[in-house]
Amino acid sequence: MRGLLAALLLVVAAPAFADSLLPPAEYANRQLPDPRQEAQAKALMEEIRCLVCQGQAISDSDAEMAGDMRSLIRTRILAGESPEQIRAWLVSRYGNWVTYDPPLDPVTWPLWVLPGLLILVGVWLARKRFRRSKR
Amino acid sequence: MRRRLVLWTPLFLFALFVVVVAYGLYAPPDRTVPSALIGQPAPVFDLPPAVQGRPGVASISGDGQPRLVNIFASWCLPCRIEAPQLEELRRRGVPIDGIAVRDRPEDLAAFLATYGDPFRAIGADTDRRVQLALGSAGVPESFIIDGRGVIRHQHIGVINPADVPAIVAAYEAAR
Repeated sequence: MRGLLAALLLVVAAPAFADSLLPPAEYANRQLPDPRQEAQAKALMEEIRCLVCQGQAISDSDAEMAGDMRSLIRTRILAGESPEQIRAWLVSRYGNWVTYDPPLDPVTWPLWVLPGLLILVGVWLARKRFRRSKR
Repeated sequence: MRRRLVLWTPLFLFALFVVVVAYGLYAPPDRTVPSALIGQPAPVFDLPPAVQGRPGVASISGDGQPRLVNIFASWCLPCRIEAPQLEELRRRGVPIDGIAVRDRPEDLAAFLATYGDPFRAIGADTDRRVQLALGSAGVPESFIIDGRGVIRHQHIGVINPADVPAIVAAYEAAR
């Protein structure tokens, strides 16, 4: 009976080999005591890309590394750093790729300029149509 | 003629769009995230020893010599595949400092006993702080850091036998 139980437990306890055996980092899943600081940290975590499950924000990711990054962000906010300082710190290590709100620079300017340009083109096209319907 | 061209333009633009999207969908994804710190001084760190009785790892090595800083962990399966190549690098004279990520001393000791111990020193990066500070996105990863503490080269993923010459060359170039 005990052997069977042990075997059953082994079935349940499928080890996750991609992660370490240490518990999650201190602030990986624990909120900061100050709601204002937690809101700052949360807003930043939603804009930082997970390095493991790329395409997810670290606030959504269950990867251990994402937990470590959440803990890093909360610890730094707690220490008085601003979210933009922390974002800059991460960008200086992983490039603009790591943030979902990339800064305006020679490579990314089309992201900002194109939508406005397309709207202008749309307005121009629409204006032509309105004129025609008036006649 | 001009009017005809204008009529065809949307279809042409759409076809272009389809080509771009199809390329994005079918091109093999590149999931490596290179560190943006290559060519810059490594961030200051000083990790406590991960193994009792042996030194830890700091951002500037004591002897001012270049070294390979290998980010690994006992729970990382590819690191087991990499172990013989690290041993080979050590044999070729490359000093290797290990950064053990999120490791427990007993697991680390068992890993070193099983897969070999090419490390001059091993630092314990329990909360992954140094790994993140170096701009490393996973295990295993290796950095060549020169005697002045500047990151000269990064190798992402397992060092395969075919990668050894390039790493030795990067080490020689950092001297």
